[in-house]
Amino acid sequence: MVGKPQPEPVNGSAKSGPSQSHLAPSSSTLKPDLLSNFSLKSLKLKTKQQELLIRIAILCLVYILAFITRLFSVLRYESMIHEFDPYFNYRTTLFLTQKGFYEFWNWFDSESWYPLGRIIGGTLYPGLMVTAALIYWSLRFLRFAVHIREVCVLTAPFFASNTTLVAYFFGKEIWDSGAGLVAAALIAICPGYISRSVAGSYDNEGVAIFALLLTFYLFVKAVNTGSLAWALASAFGYFYMVSAWGGYVFIINLIPLYVLVLLVTGRYSMRLYVAYNCMYVLGMLLAMQIRFVGFQHVQSGEHMAAMGVFFLIQVFYFLDWVKHLLSDAKLFQAFLRITVTSAIGVGGIALGLGMASGYISPWTGRFYSLLDPTYAKDHIPIIASVSEHQPTAWSSFMFDFHILLFLFPAGLYFCFKRLSDATIFIVMYGLTSMYFAGVMVRLILVATPAVCLISAIAVSATIKNLTQVVRSNNKVPQAGSSKGTGSSKGSSKVSIDQSQPFQRNGAIALLLGAFYLLSKYATHCTWVTSEAYSSPSIVLAARGAHGNRVIFDDYREAYFWLRQNTPPDAKVMSWWDYGYQITAMGNRTVIVDNNTWNNTHIATVGHAMSSYEDEAYDIMRSLDVDYVLVVFGGVTGYSSDDINKFLWMVRIGGGVFPVIKEPDYLVNGEYRVDKGAAPKMLNCLMYKLSYYRFGELTTEYGKPPGYDRARGVEIGNKDIKLEYLEEAFTTSNWIVRIYKVKPPKNRW
Amino acid sequence: MARSTGKDAQALFHSLRSAYAATPTNLKIIDLYVVFAVSTAFIQVAYMAFVGSFPFNSFLSGVLSCIGTAVLAVCLRIQVNKENKEFKLKLESIYRHKVLSGISADAERDLPAERAFADFVLCNLVLHLVIINFLG
Repeated sequence: MVGKPQPEPVNGSAKSGPSQSHLAPSSSTLKPDLLSNFSLKSLKLKTKQQELLIRIAILCLVYILAFITRLFSVLRYESMIHEFDPYFNYRTTLFLTQKGFYEFWNWFDSESWYPLGRIIGGTLYPGLMVTAALIYWSLRFLRFAVHIREVCVLTAPFFASNTTLVAYFFGKEIWDSGAGLVAAALIAICPGYISRSVAGSYDNEGVAIFALLLTFYLFVKAVNTGSLAWALASAFGYFYMVSAWGGYVFIINLIPLYVLVLLVTGRYSMRLYVAYNCMYVLGMLLAMQIRFVGFQHVQSGEHMAAMGVFFLIQVFYFLDWVKHLLSDAKLFQAFLRITVTSAIGVGGIALGLGMASGYISPWTGRFYSLLDPTYAKDHIPIIASVSEHQPTAWSSFMFDFHILLFLFPAGLYFCFKRLSDATIFIVMYGLTSMYFAGVMVRLILVATPAVCLISAIAVSATIKNLTQVVRSNNKVPQAGSSKGTGSSKGSSKVSIDQSQPFQRNGAIALLLGAFYLLSKYATHCTWVTSEAYSSPSIVLAARGAHGNRVIFDDYREAYFWLRQNTPPDAKVMSWWDYGYQITAMGNRTVIVDNNTWNNTHIATVGHAMSSYEDEAYDIMRSLDVDYVLVVFGGVTGYSSDDINKFLWMVRIGGGVFPVIKEPDYLVNGEYRVDKGAAPKMLNCLMYKLSYYRFGELTTEYGKPPGYDRARGVEIGNKDIKLEYLEEAFTTSNWIVRIYKVKPPKNRW
Repeated sequence: MARSTGKDAQALFHSLRSAYAATPTNLKIIDLYVVFAVSTAFIQVAYMAFVGSFPFNSFLSGVLSCIGTAVLAVCLRIQVNKENKEFKLKLESIYRHKVLSGISADAERDLPAERAFADFVLCNLVLHLVIINFLG
């Protein structure tokens, strides 16, 4: 498993180099020249067929490799769904396969957002669920009795494999098939992509990156050929992307930007007109069929760029046409003046009217936070509180891209050297997505395909040049002995090459260096996948004192307890992170969950968690809460627990209820839980629920009882009495604690 | 100033008209179709402005149907126009046997009008199926 990926990219680039470079001469002379002295000669295949065979073999290997390298988590733990959001996707897929599509489309879920409920059919991107359900149904039809969970677990790796194929064709379209092969090999194991597509990570992104790359590939193909059919295919790719992930906004802004750049740089062509217009009109119409997206394409500010460019390109085409009709330049100048002023005037007035009348909604917070990274921190704490929305650290670029980070600028250089419509597209995709990757950690995912493609161009072009040098020198003795079988072109090249001494040795050294780097990349990727990205986060693993593996399966223990021991209509209050898991695994109603559509409701929960017990009791009574669930890492040293998230609860709660003030929970701006903590902190509900009876427990040898291992301090309030709640269940490692809300006292 | 602009406009109009007269008939038919579609779109927008856009999906599908057909017709017009040399059909895949028998591999020829029309029909089919679904 570990050894397997290593030779793969090396093979891909090495084989593609020579096979590509002799393609051109071989078409003119089909004589079996010395270049085809591969081991395949015995098969009596023509050079072109050999090349095809090698290419297909490499693609198949890459396809399989992309799949199996994502299976670490299944081998290490078991076939299960990871993290938070995938549980919601899993639950909806289950519903879809059981109840059918119409029920799914009209599904009103009363098990989440308790008093409000959620219209699931209209507020989700159904692409992923429908895809998984289709795979499931077709497997069933073929009499493979699989469980839907297995399908969900393996959906992301399957689509990652398909992405490698798309990357191959994309690379072939923008450069040559050698670059395509390298791109396929690079993207198959790139950690930036693996992070979101390991087995079990059943999330929208797994499918969406495939759809994203497919849309881009088809669009570039449409621009290159100017064919309506390819543009139509690209519109369908866009439709799939819209149905799968909210990141489609990137497409609908990048493509207009690309068109605009082509217009400005004077590369406007009829092909571009055909590709963009067909793709935009049909893509927009198709996208409107997704209910969650609805009319946004004509109403929201984020989509207006595409519409503006659509009108602009009409004006451009019209002007071009008139210019073509009029031979007189002066007349055309006059015409140009009139039309341009009127077009800009009409466009400006329309946009102003739309904005002013509120018909075009302004940009959403998420969009602003992309353009201005500090925006979310000041205005929308709920966005800033998610760890994957933080700005990216340099180290994670290195971690996720490894040598691609250095190859990326080299690839940009090659792209600029051979500028065409396609390379301009990939350059723009690379640069914009790199910017977004810098703004938000999770958007590294979007940048990954571009980085892989551009790096593949660098690798492929470099190796091709080097092997040419090596091979042309090889020809020297051959050409002398066999009386000039080498063509005149080859000998002229030789004479040029001989003017530079040590060139051949230098080329060989550089080739070896390139192979060394690529093999390092392969080892790095495998290591990262195995160490960092294959943990399901719902089951935690740690090293014991003797180096053995300790598994903490507390989450599932707690959810199973909820499912078995609470009344079916019980309402569970927890912080929103665990909402999806409670509904999916515990099958109980929750107050808030990871679909953070109602900020006030989340703030109410934050308010309850950060109030004193009696105030919190009133809030919980008003929300009909029966159980409260908190996650606590003090015993195991699990650091992403509710105490560490607590400041966000305070901030989000305080954003709506000004009674909650962040300074009340801090001491001199410092967040602490020990004796020096703020009095409000020591007595708020979250603190009490987390540390209830914790003061009696000795967690670590040589430390006083009540020593919190996650924060490394002795807690400040060891004698916690609960008045309105009682402990119902605590898991074996104390990671999840569940409390029951007592009924109100008798009045007399 | 005003008089000279008017004169310019008149001259412009005349030369445009005379230049357009040389267009082939099939392109003129497409032009007529485009003008019809665009004017229908304008009528619908004007109607919306007076009556209101209540079934918004119906309005959108009506207008987008017109705009879509217009745009697709323009694309068709571009592709069937003999003067545009940008649209090529790669022969390699279709006439492979001929390639082997001597014609160079990268031979290309102009996109045939039939192919352009087939694409056009396909796109229109998709467009109007989606619109029927969206009409509500």
